[in-house]
Amino acid sequence: MKFNNTIPIYIQIMNLMIEKIVSKELKKGDKLKSVREYAIELNVNVNTVRNAYGGLEGKGIIFKKRGIGTFVTEDINIIEKLKSDLSLSVVNEFIMKMEALGYTKEEILKRIEAI
Amino acid sequence: MITKIENLNKKFYNKQVLSDINLEIEKGKIYGLLGPNGSGKTTMMRIVANLIKNTTGNVEVNGLELGKQTKNIVAFMPTSNFFPKWMKVKNAVDYYNDFYEDFNREKCIEILKKVDIEMDLKIKSLSTGMTEKFKIALTMSRNAQLILLDEPFSGIDIIAKEDIKKLIVENLTEENATIISSHLIDDIEPILDEVIMIKKGQIVLNENVERLREEKEMSIIEIYKEVFLNV
Repeated sequence: MKFNNTIPIYIQIMNLMIEKIVSKELKKGDKLKSVREYAIELNVNVNTVRNAYGGLEGKGIIFKKRGIGTFVTEDINIIEKLKSDLSLSVVNEFIMKMEALGYTKEEILKRIEAI
Repeated sequence: MITKIENLNKKFYNKQVLSDINLEIEKGKIYGLLGPNGSGKTTMMRIVANLIKNTTGNVEVNGLELGKQTKNIVAFMPTSNFFPKWMKVKNAVDYYNDFYEDFNREKCIEILKKVDIEMDLKIKSLSTGMTEKFKIALTMSRNAQLILLDEPFSGIDIIAKEDIKKLIVENLTEENATIISSHLIDDIEPILDEVIMIKKGQIVLNENVERLREEKEMSIIEIYKEVFLNV
């Protein structure tokens, strides 16, 4: 994976994992790779992946079981919330781009319906 | 902390090569020592490896003053190709095994296998990228706590670069630290924890890379250009 070096890499890894969880590539309760394995796979520093895991854990998206590993949350509400937040930001970005092209809300809706 | 450098100065005759270097190196981290050619990177590494003496100042490794004992804690990989022409890979491995008490032969063989370097090859027949991987394999197979890699990426292709980055990432534990000197910043950005920029023998920046990206919204290479182009 190619990272954007102007944004902290741990944030990019968090976003990558959130996308995987929302798209169900990683399912609820799935065991995650160890920090070390994932760092080697992504070819980034171990501490960077540790920070990303820490950030996701802080948000309740993943959780640690002592001595066993790290897992995706079992709480479907958290995953649904992530999905809705993510879709909202995609829609917002889309609307911004369309408005920049001079479309009004009504025209945007019409444009979507025409597809 | 694995290394502490205080008020380090180095002069070659009248030329001030390093001035007032203060630095702390912590375990469990990868450091990038960045600066253009001639900024003092190699000199600093050679002092920490106890290969040359500092002029003034104090350098400690694991709480010990530089000396025989610290030499066993620090593994330094120079830029030069330091093997005699007749040597095969296996001869060099044996040589390291005899020479360094902390050398882990099994680990070395494992790394060489991973990067497809056969024991029967003559060292002079290796490509630049292979030679660099070979040197790194030897350096990392010492059970050293401080690993100093001087320009491990210069003159090699992108595939070899990826392999070398992987070796560096895999080798890091809670008990060791790695310092990589480089003027090719783009390549190593994702594997660094901390960045130290050195300009004309002085440290001009010493920061956590993720914090830098967060604060400046810039890549390390952009910051590097800002630091070194504004003369």
